[in-house]
Amino acid sequence: MENFTLAMPATIEAVLAAGQQADAKFIAGGTDLLQLMKDHVERPKHLVDLEGLPLDTFSIDADGARIGALVRMSDLADDPTLRRQYPVVTEALLASASPQVRNMATIGGNLLQRTRCGYFRDVGFPACNKRQPGSGCGAILGLNRLHAVLGGSDFCVATHASDLAVALAALDATIEVQGGNGARAVPINEFYLLPANTPQRETVLAPGEIITAVLVPPPGSGERSHYLKLRDRASFEFALVSAAVVVAVEDGRIRRARVAMGGVGTKPWRLPAVEAALAGTAVTQEALTSAAAHAAEGARPLNENGFKVPLMQRALARALLNVTA
Amino acid sequence: MSEFEVSRRRFLGASAAAGGLATASGMARGATAQSGAPPIRTPEMIDVTLEVNGRHHALTIEPRTTLLDALREELRLTGTKKGCDQGSCGACTVHVDGRRVNACLTLAARCQGKAVTTIEGLAKDDELHPIQAAFLARDGLQCGYCTPGQIMSAAALIEEGRAVSDPAIREWMSGNICRCGAYPHILAAIKDVAGSGSGG
Repeated sequence: MENFTLAMPATIEAVLAAGQQADAKFIAGGTDLLQLMKDHVERPKHLVDLEGLPLDTFSIDADGARIGALVRMSDLADDPTLRRQYPVVTEALLASASPQVRNMATIGGNLLQRTRCGYFRDVGFPACNKRQPGSGCGAILGLNRLHAVLGGSDFCVATHASDLAVALAALDATIEVQGGNGARAVPINEFYLLPANTPQRETVLAPGEIITAVLVPPPGSGERSHYLKLRDRASFEFALVSAAVVVAVEDGRIRRARVAMGGVGTKPWRLPAVEAALAGTAVTQEALTSAAAHAAEGARPLNENGFKVPLMQRALARALLNVTA
Repeated sequence: MSEFEVSRRRFLGASAAAGGLATASGMARGATAQSGAPPIRTPEMIDVTLEVNGRHHALTIEPRTTLLDALREELRLTGTKKGCDQGSCGACTVHVDGRRVNACLTLAARCQGKAVTTIEGLAKDDELHPIQAAFLARDGLQCGYCTPGQIMSAAALIEEGRAVSDPAIREWMSGNICRCGAYPHILAAIKDVAGSGSGG
């Protein structure tokens, strides 16, 4: 890890001012940033500590949820109201990382974690357009078993690693951000960018902007939700494929469904084709499986990750069966 | 096992004295600088006070110093182990303000004003913490390198009330990896303590 200065401002104005310095980075939980700094992927000259800001509280009630960006993953996951109202979020959080990491990592930081692509995280590989724009992509013709089948470009096929973001994408959450030009709110499904030819830009955050809160709308009547995560080992692993499902059932039929998947896309992947196929569908294994088959529409598997296409269809079918059981 | 512990402690104490370094009593290297070469102060260095196992230590460190390196290299509290140094193995697990965290992913300078507990601070005087005693009784280790992290994580897990079933214990111990494969004995040790209600 290279050296840096560490500032711990106590007000948001001071934080945003310090963030304007060249080569400055914000640090919250630090669990991802310090890994990247140890590996010389990130080399900030200045770290601006967000911990002094009063963004570490949350409230969840019938009007929805407002979650401060500095709330720790473990504190949110332990909340009984969250589990009752948004089980998909609780399950996504508890399937993330380890108990130690969840005690440190924050909600805002989780949403901004970087990809696990090995070509991005190891500076020994010369080619990574995300790390070094214009250098190429090692994964497209390389080791790509863990990479995206949806949303990739000729420049980048790295998946987004957050489970929480997938759950929040299904819930149509809004992300509040603040920067030198004031505050704004961005729907999560517009927050993440496709890699296209600028994979180094991952979100609509402008330089010097921070996430201040996540807003979740109230659940619709009769809505149930669930997060299913499949991985190479039982725990403490990133998703091969995951599914967040938010479903309202009425008289044995699906009135409304919202579906997002992780581990398969270059950003948290919402699936409108599946949602359309589910609307009005009877809650039977055949119907749910048939609707889930739409998940793979447009998928472009690479050499090693073709298994993700049937896996995402089956994982989604199982998540839908679980949530409607 | 206790004879081994005693002889190991004596050995470490002797080698620390021979090297002119701080002793195992936990004195900071900076505080004993007059007995050796003065510490090199670079422009980036900052002064922080760390509270570790109830004692306050004034340190002059670089901002990039992790809590793990501060504990091991500055305070000579080498019970906390460096495994992967990437938050993946859990060997560096300590408690900060009562929560288990990876010391390798924690900047020491951000711990000012917080209470850090390491494996060296878990026992009360000469009485082992119940989970330490249970690891001995159940032989919850082979090489022992992951053990301080396993024990710190297990103590927290019991305190958190998570030790409600075998699958729950396995899941909530998932942040601690044991390459010897002592998991069944670790599980048994945790169940012994959780079941007896002596986890505090």
